[in-house]
Amino acid sequence: MSGDTLTLTLRIWRQNGPNEAGGFREYRLSGVSTHMSFLEMLDVLNEQLIESGEEPVAFDHDCREGICGMCSLMINGQAHGPDKATTTCQLHMRQFADGDTITIEPWRATAFPVVRDLVTDRSAFDRIISAGGYVSVNTGNAPDGNSIPVPGHQQEKAMDAAACIGCGACVAACKNASASLFVSAKVSQLAILPQGSQERTSRVLDMVNQMDEEGFGHCTNTYECEAACPVEVSVSNIARMNREYIRASIVAGE
Amino acid sequence: MVHIASEPLNSRVPEGAIETLWDKHRFNMKLVNPANKRKFKVIVVGTGLAGGSAAASLGELGYEVDAFCFQDSPRRAHSIAAQGGINAAKNYPNDGDSIWRLFYDTVKGGDYRAREANVYRLAQVSSNIIDQCVAQGVPFAREYGGTLANRSFGGAQVSRTFYCRGQTGQQLLLGAYQALMRQAQLGKVNIYARREMLELIVVDGVARGIVVRNLTTGQLETHTADAVVLCTGGYGNVYYLSTNAKGCNVTAAWRCHKRGAYFANPCYTQIHPTCIPVSGDYQSKLTLMSESLRNDGRVWVPKDSSDKRPPSEIPESDRDYYLERRYPSFGNLVPRDVASRASKERCDAGYGVGDTGLAVYLDFADAIRRDGEDTVRKKYGNLFHMYHKITAEDPYKSPMRIYPAVHYTMGGLWVDYHLMSNLPGLFVLGEANFSDHGANRLGASALMQGLSDGYFVIPYTIGDHLAKADLPPVPEDHPACVEAVQAAESRINRLLSVGGRRTVDSFHRELGQIMWDNCGMARSREGLESAVGQIQDLRDQFWTDVRVLGGQETLNQSLEKAGRVADFMEFAELLATDALNREESCGGHFREEHQTSEGEAQRNDEDFSYAAAWEFHGVGEDPTLHKEPLTFENVPPTTRSYK
Ligand SMILES: Cc1cc2nc3c(=O)[nH]c(=O)nc-3n(C[C@H](O)[C@H](O)[C@H](O)COP(=O)(O)OP(=O)(O)OC[C@H]3O[C@@H](n4cnc5c(N)ncnc54)[C@H](O)[C@@H]3O)c2cc1C
Ligand code: FES
Repeated sequence: MSGDTLTLTLRIWRQNGPNEAGGFREYRLSGVSTHMSFLEMLDVLNEQLIESGEEPVAFDHDCREGICGMCSLMINGQAHGPDKATTTCQLHMRQFADGDTITIEPWRATAFPVVRDLVTDRSAFDRIISAGGYVSVNTGNAPDGNSIPVPGHQQEKAMDAAACIGCGACVAACKNASASLFVSAKVSQLAILPQGSQERTSRVLDMVNQMDEEGFGHCTNTYECEAACPVEVSVSNIARMNREYIRASIVAGE
Repeated sequence: MVHIASEPLNSRVPEGAIETLWDKHRFNMKLVNPANKRKFKVIVVGTGLAGGSAAASLGELGYEVDAFCFQDSPRRAHSIAAQGGINAAKNYPNDGDSIWRLFYDTVKGGDYRAREANVYRLAQVSSNIIDQCVAQGVPFAREYGGTLANRSFGGAQVSRTFYCRGQTGQQLLLGAYQALMRQAQLGKVNIYARREMLELIVVDGVARGIVVRNLTTGQLETHTADAVVLCTGGYGNVYYLSTNAKGCNVTAAWRCHKRGAYFANPCYTQIHPTCIPVSGDYQSKLTLMSESLRNDGRVWVPKDSSDKRPPSEIPESDRDYYLERRYPSFGNLVPRDVASRASKERCDAGYGVGDTGLAVYLDFADAIRRDGEDTVRKKYGNLFHMYHKITAEDPYKSPMRIYPAVHYTMGGLWVDYHLMSNLPGLFVLGEANFSDHGANRLGASALMQGLSDGYFVIPYTIGDHLAKADLPPVPEDHPACVEAVQAAESRINRLLSVGGRRTVDSFHRELGQIMWDNCGMARSREGLESAVGQIQDLRDQFWTDVRVLGGQETLNQSLEKAGRVADFMEFAELLATDALNREESCGGHFREEHQTSEGEAQRNDEDFSYAAAWEFHGVGEDPTLHKEPLTFENVPPTTRSYK
């Protein structure tokens, strides 16, 4: 495949450790093929840095196909960059123009402290799931799969919510650093499905409570989360979570 | 020179009729008294489908579990990337499926190189997996009436594949992850994320712990336990370019191998026929286009190798639908190994398409004409979207271009019927073991195997070991622990002190090229012998010329990669040695010397109906070959034919 190449100026956040001061450093990179993915462009930069004796830029990534949720870059102030419904690893350099300056930062949120350079600690999400994001069923206890029918449209709705990849772009995009989209996706999936109904009350209360404890901000309905979400999880899940929360507060108070 | 052990390996498969083996054996195995379970600690390395399901299930039973993964969260294990689906012999569509048929298909699909008893058990528990996942809230596709939907996948002639859009692995993994996090909340499982296993601790011949590097602080940690369950996935990244996630590695398995665990059938690697082709030297990984696409897509190349017209202008009569031509009864749905070799054959003969000539067309025009674009979108929308993103071409309008890529590894650490390696106390599950797929894995059966191992096999077999073994406490200052930490430390120091000129990635790419050229879709004695020499040379260069910057006490991704590539450099030689030893073609292992006049694989059952389990004696030293003879009493071997 032939294609154009770009020369870019990269402004990248460098920070040696969680307790060290960080700052931007500028790098010039030329010969960037428009067919490269954004992370391949950073690979090329890193190869050059190593050759010149500078430590490479640390960033999280693994699957490089938009599903593991590991990659997590703020690109020109946008979580996962300019392309809609796309993770950083699936963003391609054809989205950029020759001569562009690209600013690359880690997710910014109190609940996601920086580990190094562009890598952050998102373990708060694991603790929120631990607080109630499951159906309590031990291995071996399950009835036949078809004994729990789920109408097609309900299943589709649950799947829409379940598609969340847990990357944290919703938090990074939100001016309040709220985790509402993430939490509501799991609350919704399990509230929609009959399997989740037994724990409907405790689940939403415990998960929301944990979200608050982790230091995420409150949702003020700006919908930046939905716009940044690489798998297009809908803010209607937040509305459902709020309804579930009110319902649960009443039920729990009874 | 290969030394051959005189004693065959004992797989501990019980005697009896295959249908009742597992039931009877569950009865015969020893149980750990419920009150005693909490006194046993189990280490589970890996939180993919195999490790996540194992750790959650063992926690539920009452064991103390420590679970490890190298990603920042257990939810991100590579299993998350599986697209197509998971098999189970539910026979919901009433189309003739049964445990026996799934068993038969898997043994045949594996080209008669798997252990029958394990495969039968896998088929038996497959239905329980679906039930378990449904109960967890995994949103499997449903029919309008609410019952579970199935599709046919990977050449199976029945519809036994369950799926969640194109994100089956993700949803199954989240089910297991959520079960795992529930046990974490209950205090039964401790989660150790961003940890990389660097050593196995063996005390008096029994696996008793691991040494891990905390990837954020660099600290080496010693963890001891009563058993170690390794679920660390496959080694496809020895080829550098593969459909695997970037972090997939052989390190954990290789370190166990160096501590005495046998590595079985490393030459059995699966090259998947439908991946997006390489586009440039910067390429960092290859993206799979799910096999389910072959249900509706037709594979072709131009009949005339000089035909450079765009695909839409090439009329039907000038196209060669070579799979349909060569394999009329299976057509586009032949198994992966067969489909991959057929594309390679066409491209090598000069019929390949695209700029590089290393691609063939996968065309949906007929399906779109027949079923409408909407239907096609509903089935494959996310895959078409991904293809469009990566290539900037719209597969609704012009055919996809695809080429085979390394995808899955059937080889792995040798395990017996209990999924225990030859090192007592070391269990190996999921893609990391060698057990169920023989020389070729069928589509949608890796997810099934990982979850079978983790949910339904290890909870029983680990108890038998714990109840019988003598397991005195192992303090952290035990000489075996101290020695293992020192070994890990000196290796890290060695990597950091080479101070050469070349980056780790440049070595990894070069290794990958050697492997792809000589140990890829077609292998020959000459190529393999040359590969062994090239690998040895490259390994020497690596240790004199690699440049790993930074220190040990922080997050250091170059250091992580360097350790993994160093292990690949050693492992690659074993892969080539195994491929040299296996003088036959079977499944994913195709030796050019052993083919029929029509270019089909030629097995040699008389001499090679065994699993090859290799024992390590030192880097550059000849390993010993232990054979596990394979017998086929229930599915008599035939020539696999898809004509
Ligand atoms: C793109 C793609 C699509 C696929 N689609 C399908 C499909 O549709 N159906 C199907 O059946 N199969 C499919 N497969 C195959 C299947 O996904 C895998 O074989 C399976 O998920 C492997 O599961 P696992 O639990 O054994 O390992 P993995 O999911 O790879 O998990 C490995 C775990 O081990 C940990 N680990 C690894 N090394 C170390 C170390 N040194 N120290 C600490 N932790 C470590 C990792 O952190 C991770 O948690 C697909 C594979 C790919 C690549
Ligand atoms: S690296 Fe997995 S989603 Fe980007």
